[in-house]
Amino acid sequence: MLEPILRTHGLTKSFGALKATDDVSIDLLPGEIHAVIGPNGAGKSTLIAQICGTIKPSAGRVEFLGKDVTSISARQRSLTGLGRTFQISALAMEDTVLQNTVLGALGATGNPWRFVRPALKHSELRSVAESALERVGLEDVMHTRTDELSHGQRRQLEVAVALTLDPRAFVMDEPMAGLGSEGSIRLTGFLDELRNEAPILLVEHDMDAVFALADRISVLVYGKVIATGSIEEIRKNADVQEAYLGDES
Amino acid sequence: MTFVLFAEQLLNGLQFGIMLFLMAAGLTLIFGVMGLINLAHGSFYMIGAFAAAAVAGATGSFLLALVAALSAAAAAGALVELLVIRRLYGKDHLDQVLATFALILIFSEGTRWIYGSFPLFLNIPDYLSGPILLPGGIQYPLYRITLIAVGLLVALGLGLMIAKTRIGIQIRAGENDREMIAALGIDISKLYTLIFALGAALAGLAGALVGAIQSVQVGMGEPVLILAFVVIVIGGIGSIKGALIGSILVGLTDTLGGVFLPQLFKLFMEASVATSIGSSLASMAIYFLMGAVLVWRPTGLFGAR
Amino acid sequence: MVNERLFNLLILAILIGVPAWAYVSDEPFIITLMTRAVVFALAAVGLNIALGLGGLVSLGHAVFFGIGGYAMGILAFHAQTFTPVTEWPFVIEGTKSMPVIWLVAVVMSSLAALVIGMLSLRTAGVYFIMITLAFGQMFFFFTISWSTYGGEDGLSVYVRNGFPGLNTLDPIQYFGICLIILMTALTFNLFLAKSPFGLALNAARQTPQRVETVGLNSTRLKLVAFVISGAITGLSGALFADLNRFVSPTMFSWQLSGEIIIFVIIGGVGRLFGPVVGALVFVALEHLLGGLSDYWHIYLGFLLLGIVLFGKGGLIGMICGRETVDA
Repeated sequence: MLEPILRTHGLTKSFGALKATDDVSIDLLPGEIHAVIGPNGAGKSTLIAQICGTIKPSAGRVEFLGKDVTSISARQRSLTGLGRTFQISALAMEDTVLQNTVLGALGATGNPWRFVRPALKHSELRSVAESALERVGLEDVMHTRTDELSHGQRRQLEVAVALTLDPRAFVMDEPMAGLGSEGSIRLTGFLDELRNEAPILLVEHDMDAVFALADRISVLVYGKVIATGSIEEIRKNADVQEAYLGDES
Repeated sequence: MTFVLFAEQLLNGLQFGIMLFLMAAGLTLIFGVMGLINLAHGSFYMIGAFAAAAVAGATGSFLLALVAALSAAAAAGALVELLVIRRLYGKDHLDQVLATFALILIFSEGTRWIYGSFPLFLNIPDYLSGPILLPGGIQYPLYRITLIAVGLLVALGLGLMIAKTRIGIQIRAGENDREMIAALGIDISKLYTLIFALGAALAGLAGALVGAIQSVQVGMGEPVLILAFVVIVIGGIGSIKGALIGSILVGLTDTLGGVFLPQLFKLFMEASVATSIGSSLASMAIYFLMGAVLVWRPTGLFGAR
Repeated sequence: MVNERLFNLLILAILIGVPAWAYVSDEPFIITLMTRAVVFALAAVGLNIALGLGGLVSLGHAVFFGIGGYAMGILAFHAQTFTPVTEWPFVIEGTKSMPVIWLVAVVMSSLAALVIGMLSLRTAGVYFIMITLAFGQMFFFFTISWSTYGGEDGLSVYVRNGFPGLNTLDPIQYFGICLIILMTALTFNLFLAKSPFGLALNAARQTPQRVETVGLNSTRLKLVAFVISGAITGLSGALFADLNRFVSPTMFSWQLSGEIIIFVIIGGVGRLFGPVVGALVFVALEHLLGGLSDYWHIYLGFLLLGIVLFGKGGLIGMICGRETVDA
């Protein structure tokens, strides 16, 4: 029985009377892609924020690599190997693709206190950055300003920056958002391979991608996990069908 | 330090603080609802004072002067909002700071061009001058008590407006979620102009009221503006309650500090040194207070956590 | 669109050429004017590091300008009155040596920046603006009440301070000193912007979320930037006080803080020579328009308003376009 790389215990976040996440316990096993799906407003973004450390939970714990990280800052969690991509790209738009990736490498080394030699001339930073870019296929646009990239390329860049950290697990918030069919297929193929390096907790709306990639699926509705299981189990689950289709019947 | 003297200084501090509240309330509303930092607020203070002085000089009526102050400041506020501020919503703070700083330059130099550099005079009306006898045998200027009363009335009015009226609901909603009230179909632009003009009017009122006990001159608004910022840092952005408590704290600290710190130092230092060190430190007392609040509660006493 | 490097060289040529011409034509006033521009430019270079790179809208940079100025004023005052600055815990004498004064100015401003930065960076942007403004006022009022050093009337330094081997009273020589310091600061700025620190700081300005996620502490980065920024502006304050041989509380005024930001904005935020262009334009306007009208600040206000509402990126932004990428 494999030990989960990432696990939440009873994660709850209340805003006044509203429970954005309600007693959520899920885990992420090595080598898997665990998709989290659910209708809009189900609490997926709040869940991710708590796992990654940008929001403090009202109750519950987060465990990463066997250690309780609930009180550890988002920055520290990144340094211990929790990679994250954002739903709305969080990139330095005025900087080039390479500069953004070098930023990631810089964070991984943990030492930004160097004031003289150009960052791009630091070979250890540059090589980490360039290999991450090669893996996602962006090496040709290395010197392009990020705000000149297509939407799909920016999603790829997000993944590249996360890669520089050499993460032990990924938390991805709707990486397919806004991608056309070609981009989705490419990213799907990429994530498929990536799972072997580090498991991925994947929040997604794009059902094609979910069904193509997920080893397990958890369904989040009004902040509660109503079902967890394989694709087949979820497809057949009556509660899930009701949650997604219930309003129409 | 007699009780009477202490009471007088206490009242002075209260009066100073309440007038500061008029500035801070407008500023904090404008920031809370519109997300805009407005450096030109001091100009509205000045415009109110100048309008009052001009009208009082021409008509001899203090009441008319106050009306003029309110109207002139509100009109200036509305005009500024329509022509300049409108373009600043959603822009980053740097742009807002620069544009409103530019307005300070324009208003200050413009006023100096019209009225020159010498101060204007605004007199306390006869029916408000002279002392009034308070419980405890304290003789205190009637005018200053009036200021305190006016300020408290305004605070009450603002509080009621925000808690009970439709506009108040819109203000509270706007503070929480700007996009939402636009989506709800409330005419944001009218609301913003109204709030901005209201804030300006309050500043103008303060300028006119204080102008009668200090002088009316170009540049009188900016030191008050900066103090109002200190109040907001202490009280928390967007909170009228915070602005009131912050203003009173600042007013009391400044006034009582100026009186007591030199006295304190006289206890173990020779008189002249004590006075100079004491008053130097007193001039910084407010900022130490601000620093202390920042260490303890970075978003202010009543600000969002 | 003019190439930015070319444009910068042109500005440099003006910085050297105009005083050279003035020297040859025996127009010492022009040299003094250029020195004023250079010192203002240095103050703005300091601010540009905090503002342009770090995104910190500091409305209180006059604090550092004033601290540098008073460091000079206090040390020189004690030197010229032959009294020690203090006798406890050990005797510190005054001095009229520029290098020493500069060191003191830089150290004191850095300390002030550290304290102010630690207090103000605890919260979000708008508080930072208000707090920096407030601290400026605090120093302003304090120095007004500090009668030992002139209070409101300020302090005169009878003779310009000395630099080994040079006649600092000679306008062109003092200009040379200031220009060399400016160029050093600009070179440092150039390297800083491209360094790992600069990359991280610049990213923290654009996307603070991302910076935390890659494992960097954006608050600490900003604090260090603020301290460096304060140190440079502090040095410019010492030079300014020496230029005028006079220090007064107005060096701490909010008007001056505003002017320093104006230098940066007119030239172009975040551009290397932005502060230089802005300071040159400002001093030129001050001299030319100020001669025409006492109320020239109105025109400055409209210019500023225009740049903010309509002009993108200041003068360098309009002339040279967007910043080009380096490989």
